[in-house]
Amino acid sequence: MVNRVVRKNVRRRPGGVAQTAAFAVCGRFGLVRNPAARRLIMSDSDPPGEERFVFECDQLDLLLAALKKHGYRVVGPTVREGAIVYDELRSAADLPVGWSDEQEGGRYRLLKRSDRAHFGYAVGPHSWKQFLHPPVRRLWQASRTQDRLEIVPEKDDPPKTAFLGVRACELHAIQIQDKVFLRGGYSDPSYKARRENAFIVAVNCGHAAGTCFCVSMQCGPKVGAGFDLALTEVVEETRHYFVVQAGSEAGRQILGEIPHREADVSERTAAERIVSRTAEQMGRAMDTTEIKSLLYSNYEHPRWESVAARCLTCGNCTMVCPTCFCTTVEDVTDLSGKHAERWQKWDSCFTTSFSYIHGGSVRPSGYARYRQWMTHKLAAWIDQFGTSGCVGCGRCITWCPVGIDITEEVQAIRSAAPLPARENEENHGNA
Amino acid sequence: MFTNNTEVMAAALGPGPMVPAVFRVQRTKKETSDTFTMELLPEEGPQEFAFAPGQFNMLYAFGVGEVPISISGDPARRSVVVHTTRDVGPVTSALRRLKPGEGLGIRGPYGTGWPAAEARGADVVIAAGGIGLAPLRPVLYQILAARQHYGKVVLLYGTRTPADILFRRELEQWRSRFDLEVCVTVDRAVGSWAGMVGVVTKLIPRAPFDPHSTIAMICGPEVMMRFTVQELEGRGVATENIYVSLERNMKCAVSFCGHCQFGPAFVCKDGPVFRYDRIQPLMAVREV
Repeated sequence: MVNRVVRKNVRRRPGGVAQTAAFAVCGRFGLVRNPAARRLIMSDSDPPGEERFVFECDQLDLLLAALKKHGYRVVGPTVREGAIVYDELRSAADLPVGWSDEQEGGRYRLLKRSDRAHFGYAVGPHSWKQFLHPPVRRLWQASRTQDRLEIVPEKDDPPKTAFLGVRACELHAIQIQDKVFLRGGYSDPSYKARRENAFIVAVNCGHAAGTCFCVSMQCGPKVGAGFDLALTEVVEETRHYFVVQAGSEAGRQILGEIPHREADVSERTAAERIVSRTAEQMGRAMDTTEIKSLLYSNYEHPRWESVAARCLTCGNCTMVCPTCFCTTVEDVTDLSGKHAERWQKWDSCFTTSFSYIHGGSVRPSGYARYRQWMTHKLAAWIDQFGTSGCVGCGRCITWCPVGIDITEEVQAIRSAAPLPARENEENHGNA
Repeated sequence: MFTNNTEVMAAALGPGPMVPAVFRVQRTKKETSDTFTMELLPEEGPQEFAFAPGQFNMLYAFGVGEVPISISGDPARRSVVVHTTRDVGPVTSALRRLKPGEGLGIRGPYGTGWPAAEARGADVVIAAGGIGLAPLRPVLYQILAARQHYGKVVLLYGTRTPADILFRRELEQWRSRFDLEVCVTVDRAVGSWAGMVGVVTKLIPRAPFDPHSTIAMICGPEVMMRFTVQELEGRGVATENIYVSLERNMKCAVSFCGHCQFGPAFVCKDGPVFRYDRIQPLMAVREV
């Protein structure tokens, strides 16, 4: 199916945070306001029904048109600079039609497919967090006059946005960020507004990359819940169609506006078979048995030295990770000194400034910073949010300039360390 | 997992969690060569500012930046917000230069407080190192205001030199009380210092408290806190009765920015005050 290497210049920009954050910023979005139509789609949306419907591939544009009619700008995968990224779509022709990818540690290549599949690739460097938790955002502005300081919060009115092509791992990632920003005691109003304005069209994966391991994280490849519509793309010799499932009332409404019919048994089976075949194609696996206690009891494992010797602490893994949520703030002033602004930007625990307190950084060594990232992602996250911070998308492996592989690092710690006793886990659970 | 402070969160100031409220400097008092105490009043006119001793605010210096600073005032005096700060960087330096009447931003209060309620009926040991006395002063006010509910109360304080002693006049007043034991020590005796010399942990063996019925509250550099805990444990104080206040980089103070993580804890939300037994394994690990 995959037959030709097309571009070689993707990846490896060890410049780190600033550059990677920049590629995630997408411009040219029109603002569509329709507050009355706002609704909350969260993991607690209605359980998806059993019905499956079908529409033909050439009707995909009707889906985009229906979404636009309802005031959504549609964002989804598209080919740019040799990678599949997420940006605004004018029509289904903007999708990476006939493209696939090849991914390994530190390696990403686009390949031409022999068919015209619209979703025949795995996830690229972008994730949906750039739309829900923007890489750069102004928080407020302040002005100072002779006798008065005034602070004006940013008015946040995000456009209604439809995400087309959300994979199972990415749905999980969104639900994980929901827990970070909406359920932790405080709630982030900006994230909430963006989340409420999102319409999610999920896509079941028909192709797994070499760095995919969603099966071991129980996050895919089959789309579970939390979507408005879920598609499975079926490409046959003579026919190209989508099997559709509605996951919310809004999803049913949009589906109702495009021609569709109930799926027959053979169509349903074809769709099921595609996802189960993808599950068997996982390029990698991670053994998550007792992973919290494994990592909590191995803060001093020699493997951290080994990974620190390879890690460039560039922060690429944190930029491409769909769940990494850390931010910093930047204060700016104009030349008059009367106007100041505060901006929030994605940050990475791989920088020394991340943990700086007067006198120095808490984690000056690469050893401590890699350990912090991985132990947080796979262990502390469970204590903080009741879920792992990893969905098995494999982005951190693909986009690591030196190909550090989180599944391999876990395995190295596991094989050199006897499984810790359970009581250990409970002790740390309190901390 | 940690102390639940949802109620305190609900009381936090401001229109959104990231937007400061404007306060004005009422007065700034120089404490030592590099520390100062600011009294701040809300721009919008008199209003109550309630906080739990041990909590902190995010202070914004116009155009420069924002830093987490513990509240050092009396929790019973709700009309004014008091912060004692050491000038160690651009933001604290800008705060220090603010003149009476000038504005700054405040978000807060955030985080967990000292266990003043849990300590009722028990002896209390308060151990501070350097600027660490500032976050402990509110709980001392609180305990002294309800003195009859506590057993022996001991304040152990260590600084680098006699010139670095914070709240000196107040310490002298406290020392004159019969219901409060105050011991001050310095690392280096200079000038006319005739008091104790040595690290603060040296004060613990002779301090009057019943180790089996004591709540200890410690704030200072991490190494000072580790050794103080060791000394207290040596006298028989259980680590579940020892509380420390941690310092980490904070950008948001509401557990969104990730900077202050200490193992599974967000120091801004689950701390800064921690019961020691809950963080003990991590305190032994370098660069967490």
